[in-house]
Amino acid sequence: MDNPQRVAGIDIGSRSIELVVLNGGSPEHRVKLPTTFDPLAQCMKLMDGVHVSTVVATGYGRRLFADAFDKLRVDVITEIQAYALGARFVYPDVRTVLDIGGQDTKVICLTAAGKVARFEMNDRCAAGTGKFLEFMATALQIPLESFGDFAMRSDRRIPINSMCTVFAESEATSLMARGERPENIAMGLHLAIVRRTVSMLRRVGFEPPLLFAGGVAHNLCVRFILEEHLGHTPHIPEDPDMVGALGAALHARQITAPGPG
Amino acid sequence: MASSYDEMWEKLNLDLGAHGGLLEVLGKFYGDIYLSQAGRLRGMEYLDFVLSEVHGLRIRELQEARAAGRKVIGTFCVFVPEEIVLAADAVQVGLCAGAEAGKDAAEKILPRNTCALIKSFVGFKLSRLCPYIESCDLVVGETTCDGKKKAYEIFSDYAPVYVMEVPQMKQACDRDLWRAEVLRLKGRIEEVTGRTVTPDKLREAIRVVNERRKVLQRLNRLRAASPVPISGRDVLLVNQVSFYDDPVRFTASISNLCDELEERVRSGEGIVPKDVPRLMLSGCPMAVPNWKLPYIIESSGAVIVGEESCIGTRSTRDLVAEDGETLDEMIDAIVNRYMRIDCACFTPNRERLDNIVAMAEDLKVKGVVHYGLTFCQPYAMEAFKVEKALKKVGVPMLSIETDYSMEDVEQLKTRVEAFVEMIR
Ligand code: SF4
Ligand code: SF4
Repeated sequence: MDNPQRVAGIDIGSRSIELVVLNGGSPEHRVKLPTTFDPLAQCMKLMDGVHVSTVVATGYGRRLFADAFDKLRVDVITEIQAYALGARFVYPDVRTVLDIGGQDTKVICLTAAGKVARFEMNDRCAAGTGKFLEFMATALQIPLESFGDFAMRSDRRIPINSMCTVFAESEATSLMARGERPENIAMGLHLAIVRRTVSMLRRVGFEPPLLFAGGVAHNLCVRFILEEHLGHTPHIPEDPDMVGALGAALHARQITAPGPG
Repeated sequence: MASSYDEMWEKLNLDLGAHGGLLEVLGKFYGDIYLSQAGRLRGMEYLDFVLSEVHGLRIRELQEARAAGRKVIGTFCVFVPEEIVLAADAVQVGLCAGAEAGKDAAEKILPRNTCALIKSFVGFKLSRLCPYIESCDLVVGETTCDGKKKAYEIFSDYAPVYVMEVPQMKQACDRDLWRAEVLRLKGRIEEVTGRTVTPDKLREAIRVVNERRKVLQRLNRLRAASPVPISGRDVLLVNQVSFYDDPVRFTASISNLCDELEERVRSGEGIVPKDVPRLMLSGCPMAVPNWKLPYIIESSGAVIVGEESCIGTRSTRDLVAEDGETLDEMIDAIVNRYMRIDCACFTPNRERLDNIVAMAEDLKVKGVVHYGLTFCQPYAMEAFKVEKALKKVGVPMLSIETDYSMEDVEQLKTRVEAFVEMIR
């Protein structure tokens, strides 16, 4: 028999899939795999050997998961709800959640009681998302993981005006042709993404404290400039990629009836 | 659909291959979105039939009307007074412009940043896909938004176009202009049809169009019940069909549908449980077969109970006063009624905000989804004001901007579902 106290949340994003297993109140297991072209196979791998009473799926593949794992008790929630729940758990005072993931950026404002009050997601283009940084890192031939550190070594700030991935690349290329240091170009690209993020935050009605989650929260340079622009130090969770899966698991706990002892 | 119409379509100079493809997609789409619904009303069978014959029987009727000497007038906007057209014994059809087919052709002669509705009507004409456009003796355009205004200039190279000047404000001088325009239309319609608009004919036309509005008002009152007795997309379909079906037959059929609905409301039966969040749509018109957003909303755990749009309450809310005796008085009644339309092309447009707030409160909705077509400036601008006005009365709003393509469906689903989670 599956332990009713044990529940899971799975976040199937466009870049990676995260799984969090909760036992009673605390996370007991967390794993992550790239999404690849076969997200379901990846989900199978993650779920292998996991015994839980309920799974809640979130992320763009949530329905796919629910349909494929119909033998389990599965529920779905959106990323918005999942991030709100997860953020609140890791940082109970949070009022605004910023998530910059692989393919989208979202801002969620919470009420003092932790309910979603407003939210916004970027539209279908990759501008201002992790994809943008990834693309630009490749263009400058810097590994994505060290792109932020690389940008921090800049010695001056040059403006990059275009937020469109294609145009920003040609801007970067022409700067390079003019002999600009690649570190400075990298800094310019980071500035562009942060400026866009800040305007999105303000539009939705940013209120501190802010929690910054999603893959891009690992990037030191984005964190640094974001803090500078907001005049507020965002809280970075220990595991910024896991907030969605954690939130889904918390929802699973909510909907699971307490077991017999 | 039977190929028995092939000959007719060929005569209308349609591109038979492409047209066949369009009908196939439309049929599949309709099956998925409409026929798959549980607990549908019997009265919707009429709508299913009309839609399955949208390019068949109804087109045949139009050809028969033309053979009998009547004219067919096409329109794109609820500003064109149908009363005048009917009084001249002509048939009016609202040209739908809700599909993406023809977009590539349209983009050859229109800027890419033109709204999907305009691209659609131009594209349908260029690709020879719409038997309605091909059946029109005259297409009446209007100076509403800049996009349409300029598109009619281009469109007139391909079809007989006549443009009415719609004022931008609602002062006394604007009313004078509009009155002159209604009379100018009357003249043109009389010329095209060879018939005279007499007081008796106009009185009857006013009555016929009012009856159709009244039955749609009745439908809107009934569907507002809790639990909700009919899906929002079914009501949208009824509104869409009202633009091209025969008005008298349509009114009778919808009246039957309403009787059935009344029964359902009385027995407290709903298509969804009472606690499913009620939402209202507001914004740009959704023409056939643009069912994308309503379908997404109603598959996300919510139900639509109102459409504040031209294919919705904007076209049915106000009646033409029926107490006019002379032709002049009747024209005045028509002018007054159409000047009340709260389209975003007007400035200022305070009425629309008031109407939206009143509707949201009457219908007891949990939220409003504002729908704007990408590149539609008038409605995009007003979306901010609508959100503010609704906020004051504590109704949350989700602003969606999209077009007819399917590539953003997953994105939209997430946003709509998150909105539903938020208001639940
Ligand atoms: S939205 Fe305005 S321009 Fe468009 S059909 Fe309605 S009244 Fe006409
Ligand atoms: S949707 Fe907007 S831009 Fe398009 S025709 Fe209507 S008013 Fe004009």
